[in-house]
Amino acid sequence: MRNLKAVLASAAISLTLVACGDNDTTEQKKEAAPAKKEAVEQKAPEKVEPVKIGFVYVSPIGDAGYTYQHDLGRKAIEEKFGDKIKVSFVESVAEGPDAERVIMNYAKSDYKAVFATSFGYMNPTLKVAKSFPKVAFEHATGYKRAANVNTYLARFYESRYLTGLVAGSMTKSNVIGYVAAFPIPEVVRGINAFTRGIRAVNDKAQVRVIWTNSWFDPGKEREAADTLIGQKADVLTMHADSPATIQAAEDAGIYAIGYNSDFSKFGPNSHLTSSVTNWAPYYVKRVGEILDGSWKGNQDTWEGLSADMVQVAPFHNDVPQEVRDHVEQAKADIIAGKLHPFAGPINDNEGKERVAGGQTMSDGDMLGFNWYVEGVVGKLPQ
Amino acid sequence: MIGFEVETLIAILLGVARGATPLVFAAIGELITEKSGVLNLGVEGMMLVGAVSGFITVVVTGSPILGFFAAMLAGALLSSLFAVLVLFLHTNQVASGLSLTIFGIGLSAFFGLGYIGTPIKGLQAIHISGLSDIAIIGPLVFGHDIMVYLAFVLVAATAWFLGKSRWGMILRAVGESHHAAHAIGYPVVAIRFAAILFGGAMCGLAGAYISLIYTPMWAENMTAGRGWIALALVVFATWKPGRALIGAYLFGGVTILQLNVQSLGVDVSAHLMNMLPYIATILVLVLISRDETKIRLNAPACLGKPFRAD
Repeated sequence: MRNLKAVLASAAISLTLVACGDNDTTEQKKEAAPAKKEAVEQKAPEKVEPVKIGFVYVSPIGDAGYTYQHDLGRKAIEEKFGDKIKVSFVESVAEGPDAERVIMNYAKSDYKAVFATSFGYMNPTLKVAKSFPKVAFEHATGYKRAANVNTYLARFYESRYLTGLVAGSMTKSNVIGYVAAFPIPEVVRGINAFTRGIRAVNDKAQVRVIWTNSWFDPGKEREAADTLIGQKADVLTMHADSPATIQAAEDAGIYAIGYNSDFSKFGPNSHLTSSVTNWAPYYVKRVGEILDGSWKGNQDTWEGLSADMVQVAPFHNDVPQEVRDHVEQAKADIIAGKLHPFAGPINDNEGKERVAGGQTMSDGDMLGFNWYVEGVVGKLPQ
Repeated sequence: MIGFEVETLIAILLGVARGATPLVFAAIGELITEKSGVLNLGVEGMMLVGAVSGFITVVVTGSPILGFFAAMLAGALLSSLFAVLVLFLHTNQVASGLSLTIFGIGLSAFFGLGYIGTPIKGLQAIHISGLSDIAIIGPLVFGHDIMVYLAFVLVAATAWFLGKSRWGMILRAVGESHHAAHAIGYPVVAIRFAAILFGGAMCGLAGAYISLIYTPMWAENMTAGRGWIALALVVFATWKPGRALIGAYLFGGVTILQLNVQSLGVDVSAHLMNMLPYIATILVLVLISRDETKIRLNAPACLGKPFRAD
C-alpha cells in the first residue's frame, strides 16, 4: 500500500507540475505586451497598479461550451478596461478542495476580485470569502451569498424557449430528442422551456429525454443521441458539455440545436441554431463597479434576453424566414414582458394543471422545477 | 408511443456494435497481456493516450489510417514504460498499472490541450452499394465502419493464436508457470514484453476508435471509464477471446437498451440498469471462484507475480 501511495503521490506532483507549467505560459502570454504598457505609462506620470482579477474555470477554455463562453466574457473585460486591470485564469479546476486552493491562492496574491464560474465552487468560494473580506467574489450559478460574495445566473430558459420554436417548426417526424445530463431543476427547466416553445408552434410534437447522468461523457452522449435518432427524432438538442449530440445529428443527416455556445462548426449541415450564454455584459458591469469602488456583495443576478445575457445563435440556411420572424417577435415580446415561457395555463405531462390560466410561474417555482410540462415523454427520475 | 419497430431495432443494434467495438479491442489487448502473466491496470491511460495521438495525427495529416497507426504506436510506447518498470525493475504490477492510468490521463490532457474543440471529419460507415441496401440484413451486416469488422477478425485471430498456435501455447505457458517456461528455455521477459506491447497497441486502437469514429473529437478524459469496463470484461470472459466479444456486446447492449428504455418513457431506474454489467461481472467472478479447477483452467496461474530469473 505504501508503494501505491508513493506512486500516486509522485503522479499527483508531476501532474501539478504540468498544471503549473501551463500557468507559466499563460502568465507569459499576459506579459507578452509590455511595449503597449510602457507607452501608456509614459503618458501618465504616476504609475497606477493594475487591479488583479482572477477567473476559475471547471473545464479547458477550448471546450467549445460552458467555459468557452465564460472566457469570452473575460476577454471582453480585458478589451474594455485594458491595462487598468490584470486578468488571469486557471482552467480545468476540479470542484471541491482543488477549487478552494486556487481561489485561496488568488485571494492571498492581492487579487481584488475572483470569478468562480462553476456550481461546485460554491462552498469553497464562501469559505475563502470569509477569510478575505476585502476581496470581491462572484460565483456563477450558485445560491449562497455573503457580504463579499455575489451570485449570477442567466435565464437560459428564455433562449431555450426561442430555440424550441425553431425545433417545433422544423420537425417532420414530430419527435424531438433531448440529451440531458442530470435530472436537476436547472436542466428540467431547460427541457420544459424548450418543450413550451415547441408546443407553441406544433402541438403534435413530443420531446424524448435521455439522461446521461454525467456533465461530460462524449461516448454516452453520442449513444443517447443515436438512440433518439433510432426512435425517429429528427431534431436533437442537449444539456451536456460535449458536441457529441451535434455530431450524431450531422452524421445521421438530421437537425440539431446547441447549448451554451454556437456549435455550428461541429455540424455545418445540421446545426439550426444554439441557445447561447453571453456573460460579457455582466462581467463588464461588475468589473466597472470594482474599479470605481461601488461594488457591493450579497447581490443575486438572474438576467436573460433583456440584458443580453442569453442569445440565439445565427440560423442555418434551412430555417425559413417566417420562423426567423416568429423567433424575433417572441424575443421582442419576452423582453417587453408580454410573453413568458411559463405563463399559464400549464399542464404537466400527466394532464394535471400546474399553473392556472392568467398566472405566471414565480422565480422560486422555476428554480425548483421537478415535473415535466405537457409534451415531454416519460417520468422524471426522482 | 412509437414501439420497437424494425428500424428502431436496427438502430439499436448498430449502436450496440459501435459501443462494443472499443471494448473488444481493449479487452483483447488486456487478455493477451494477462495470459502472459502480467496484470496491466493502465488500460484507461493507454486508451486516452491512443485517443489523443490518433486525433492529433488526423488533424495534422487528415488520414484516419495514419491516426490508427499513431494511436497503436503511442499505446505501445506508454505500455513499454510499464513493461520496463514491472519486468526489469520488478515493481508491483498493481501500483504501476494504476499510476500508468493516472500518468496517461495527465499526459493525454497535456498534449491534447490545443486540440480541444477542433472538429474533424470522422471515419464513416462503409457503404457497399447493393449489399448495404438490402432490407434489414443490409445495414446490420454491411453497414458498419471497418473497425467493427476488424474487431471480429481480431477476436478470431486471438482465439486461434492462444488455442492452436505454437507461440500462443508458449505465451500461455509463460503465464501459467514462468519458472517452468524459463527452465525449458523460453525467454520469459521478452515474451511478456511483447505481450504488454500488444496490449498497449490494442488499447491505443480502442482509444482512437473513440476519438476518431465514435465521437470524432478530443476532450480530456473522453474514454470516461471504458478502460475499467474492458478490465472487468477480461475477468467476465474468464480469459477467453470469444466470451470477451460476447461480453463486450452484452455490456454495450445493456447501455443502449437502458437509453432506449429511458426515451420510450418506461419507468425503470437508469442507475439500476447501468449497474447490470458490473453485477454480471461480480456474479461470474463468484461462480468461477467456486470451482477451483475452472480457475486453474482459465486464469493464468502466474498473473501479477514478478519473475526473477535465478
